[in-house]
Amino acid sequence: MKILVCMKQVPQKDAPLKLNETGTWIREDVSYEVNEPDAYALEEALRQKEKHGGEVVVITSGPARAQQVLREALAKGADRAIHLEDNAFVGLDAFNTARAFAAAIKDDQFDLIFTGLQSDDYGYAQTGVVLAELLGWPHATIIMQIEKNESGIRVKRELEAGYFQFVDMPLPAVLTIQSGINKLRYATLIGIKQAKNKPLRKVSLAEVQSALGANLQKIERLYVPQKTKNTEFLEGPAGEVAKKLAEKLRNEVRVL
Amino acid sequence: MPETILVVVEQREGKLNRVSWETLTAGQALAAETGWTLEAAVVGSGVAGFANEIALKKLAKVYAIESAKLEPYTPDAFVAALKQFLASHPTKLVLMPHTYQVRDFVPKLATAMGRAAISDCIGYKREGEKLLFTRQMFQGKLAADVSFTSDAPWFVTFQNGAYRGDKVEAGASAAPVETVSVVIADGVIRNKPHEVFKEAKQAVDLTQAEIIVAVGRGIKEQKNIEIAKQLAEALGGELAASRPICDSGWLPMDRQIGSSGQTVAPKLYLALGISGAIQHIVGMKGARTIIAVNKDSEAPIFEIADYAVVGNLFDIVPPLIEEVKKAKAGA
Repeated sequence: MKILVCMKQVPQKDAPLKLNETGTWIREDVSYEVNEPDAYALEEALRQKEKHGGEVVVITSGPARAQQVLREALAKGADRAIHLEDNAFVGLDAFNTARAFAAAIKDDQFDLIFTGLQSDDYGYAQTGVVLAELLGWPHATIIMQIEKNESGIRVKRELEAGYFQFVDMPLPAVLTIQSGINKLRYATLIGIKQAKNKPLRKVSLAEVQSALGANLQKIERLYVPQKTKNTEFLEGPAGEVAKKLAEKLRNEVRVL
Repeated sequence: MPETILVVVEQREGKLNRVSWETLTAGQALAAETGWTLEAAVVGSGVAGFANEIALKKLAKVYAIESAKLEPYTPDAFVAALKQFLASHPTKLVLMPHTYQVRDFVPKLATAMGRAAISDCIGYKREGEKLLFTRQMFQGKLAADVSFTSDAPWFVTFQNGAYRGDKVEAGASAAPVETVSVVIADGVIRNKPHEVFKEAKQAVDLTQAEIIVAVGRGIKEQKNIEIAKQLAEALGGELAASRPICDSGWLPMDRQIGSSGQTVAPKLYLALGISGAIQHIVGMKGARTIIAVNKDSEAPIFEIADYAVVGNLFDIVPPLIEEVKKAKAGA
């Protein structure tokens, strides 16, 4: 199976974020890491390749710093990488990001494309599904298991409230992968060494520009959310606090 | 003619998903603000009953979008049906709850129509002629006001708990219901879904719970979970946890609240020893009342708590269980 994994570099979870001067994006001088669900998507692709053979290709878009995500993926076992390198890719909406990816891979023949189920920065949860529609492929989201069968694949979708569902689908297909589908591996020293010699194709903005259109949505402003709650602190010895809490539960929350 | 707002409600296992009412509340607020006409649609096979239930709310019309091929749910069929419907029913704004099912088909629907979806919104603003939709970014650390730069229809999905489902207004009389049969050609549906199932027999739907007692790292040891369980039982609520508790196997994964677990909006959320990392907060900040007990006065959970107790949960919880039992016995 030939699998493409779409990966994204996002600010580290505990990184303090500052707004840029126009208040429309963050200042870029923060620490970055791979978007967590994308790491699981890569791991799943590597496991599928180990089972069925084939090739794992990783793709990302963003400025030079984003290459780190691809280097790590190559060190873990991906075979080659594609980097849509330009700062302008950061500001693309999901529709345009998917169009850029579709344009960059037009000469490849993949059986499967994986993305993480959503990104930790925008959190739109759309790029994978948009890409499927652009390619005319079927898709399934929030996937917890993938098995190859005669006619294609059987995937396990996570639904809400503890429900799951198996879905049979033909290939090629796009799947968005849920965190926790597998256990992540670490890159080995030899892997890191080999990664240096693996192919990494750079794609410029100009190469995919003709496939892009205007963004269909715009961040007008970005800001620190206001604290909307008036918190009432209950103080005193434990027994007294318990009494006060019970009183709130009875008279304010009305659950007693 | 005024523009139209269409709320697409969600049904699952023969019941309207509770978050549908929240989206209707959002739709009513937007209709009042803009003067646009509010309509609703339910998509499926044999959904007239749901349409009639929705028609009792304050809105102009309800559509039952019907085809035998819409059951069971597949993204291909839902996109085909809604695309057909929207082609013949010009709509400015399409609102849906940000459920797993909606996440599965809305980006495809918007793309198929050359349009965009602003997903997982928590509110809206009207500034002059501009409609802005507010959504969380960077795991809730920042918020963004986002506008559409495309033509209608505009697709918007609202986060679970963003609006109050119990605030949905009833109509003066039942709105008209129209059944729209859609044609889904053979070969359109590519996925073959199997029966929906629950992994664990005891799996609990925390989204439906009115009262939730949740524990975090502050509970320290697995055996201490017992006192939280006793409090939950005394209150008639469900027990839940933050991610580290479930990762440690102290409680099953289906009791996890947060970005990788369930998103809940109960009447009461009682957080015991939970610091309030954003991954947890996104899953419970929609609760009507939040009570937090934590010994760290700087814990971010206090930012969103209505009532806060800075103290040791092992001191507070036992007398609280007694007080709750007393109150229940007296009631």
